[in-house]
Amino acid sequence: MRHARTRFVALFLAPALALYGVFVLYPYAQGVVVSFTDWGGYGGERRFVGLANYAELLRDERFWAALGHNAVFLAVLPPVTLGIAVLLAALTAVAGGPGGRLGPVAGAGLYRAVFVMPHVLPLVMSLVLWQFVLTPRIGLLNGLLERAGLGGWAHAWLGEPGTARWAVLAVLVWGQVGFAYLLLLAAFGAVPAECLEAAQLDGAGRVRVVRSILLPMTVRTVRAVGVFLGMLALDMFVAVAILTPDGGPSGSTEVVATYMQRLAFSAGRFGYSATIGVALTVLTLAFALVTFRVTRRERVEY
Amino acid sequence: MSAPTRHRRVAGQGAAHLALAGWAALAAFPVAWSVVGSLKSDAEIFASPWSLPAAPRWDNYVRAWREAGIGRFFANTVVVVGGALALTLALGAMAAYVLARFSFRLNRTVRTVFLAGMVFPVFLAIVPLFVVVDALGLLGTQAGLILVLAAYGLPFTVFFLTGFFSTLPGSVAEAALLDGCGHAGAFFRVMLPMALPGLASVAVFDFLGLWNGYLLPLVLNPDPERYVLAQGLASLAVTQGYAADYSALFAGLVLTMAPVLVVYVLLHRRLRGLSLGALR
Repeated sequence: MRHARTRFVALFLAPALALYGVFVLYPYAQGVVVSFTDWGGYGGERRFVGLANYAELLRDERFWAALGHNAVFLAVLPPVTLGIAVLLAALTAVAGGPGGRLGPVAGAGLYRAVFVMPHVLPLVMSLVLWQFVLTPRIGLLNGLLERAGLGGWAHAWLGEPGTARWAVLAVLVWGQVGFAYLLLLAAFGAVPAECLEAAQLDGAGRVRVVRSILLPMTVRTVRAVGVFLGMLALDMFVAVAILTPDGGPSGSTEVVATYMQRLAFSAGRFGYSATIGVALTVLTLAFALVTFRVTRRERVEY
Repeated sequence: MSAPTRHRRVAGQGAAHLALAGWAALAAFPVAWSVVGSLKSDAEIFASPWSLPAAPRWDNYVRAWREAGIGRFFANTVVVVGGALALTLALGAMAAYVLARFSFRLNRTVRTVFLAGMVFPVFLAIVPLFVVVDALGLLGTQAGLILVLAAYGLPFTVFFLTGFFSTLPGSVAEAALLDGCGHAGAFFRVMLPMALPGLASVAVFDFLGLWNGYLLPLVLNPDPERYVLAQGLASLAVTQGYAADYSALFAGLVLTMAPVLVVYVLLHRRLRGLSLGALR
């Protein structure tokens, strides 16, 4: 019996681990090795340089500036996106229902189908579309502001250091709300109806049901989505690279990932780029671990 | 129920619909805009971004399909996404089940190792990955792309499904074991069917991620004949630079979105029944 159990565990884990080991773990491990070399890229010799790259990192002002931008994204993206998604998911899940009972709002399916659209759009393409919207002269947003008599509010949204970072952030929030919403709605839906009915019989209003029943019972999902969004904020590569090529006006949107890419593929410094990758990985891991520690709760089984 | 309560409820529902409809407009706008844009001429797109097309230009679609090769990219994407999705779901569900329901010595370690895959910036791995895929003779092949995409889909799939399996009641699987089912039998006959809502959710996310995947195909799939849609569209948008054919770009975008929306609407009925069912 005991033997069969061990064999089962090994048999079920082995294929996933093998695939993951060859194509994910091994290349990352190689990346770490490379971070101690002066490797220039695809061909070429690699010479071990010890901790020289890491010493350079500590003095690299561009790196610290980029990391600061990631920190701003990290502070804003997860709470704003989760806030909007929780609000929308709660409204969809409990704002309606027949005869005063809790239930999904009328047209819940339609809202759901529409909300997921930004997430369904190919990322590269939705970014190209938003670039159109935010372009100064022919852009839709400035056109809209002028029509509304707010021409004074028009900006070269992606071209001014004061607005570029927030414009990129807004596009990202827009794109991620649907993702968070879908996961939250599925989690809310998995909460047994009896719990909600019992709360309602005890006189809890809808807001109270969301705050005291739905959110605590789905805290694992909320946390997972938050961590996922945090990791996105620490990456930001595709959004920044497409919306603001060259790191944005005065480097105002440069993030660690775009700086890494510039070092690896434009400056031919793959070794140093890998060093920054290692640093970013450590920071991201620390963020995930801290988040899980701080928000740890007892597992709810139902 | 008293009248004031009912009034308050109706007002509350009105406010709810207002908020939901507001976000719906924001979410749907770029899709609507690209559909309109796909039927305009380039001159119309630039001169009057707000107007409807004077006459719908269906030839934008013909140009996108033929010259931009959307048809070919589409077929490539179906093969690659289908293969990677099946592989990542099958292996991910098996691993997640074991991690969620069995305690063994390396359980925590294996979980952490999978979790770590979500936090590494892909850029750190991209050049060594290129070397590995090349050494295995899989560079530029669809099999290679399928294996790599499935491998990079595993962390999220395992993470999500581990959480899901651990919330399922354990008593059912134990009963199946007592009935002489065996561990594999308990998994395939009892737990997997119970996990269908979770599997369906993660499948939708994996599917969308794969369909939109850009960086890995960009590096590992250099042959334009084998481009997937994201690559093809990006080359239409970016590589052509100043000569970009924006109306064909919009048409290509609509062609790329349409099947995803269809798949989503088909899946969505099942999903809604499974996930919102508990609230009814």
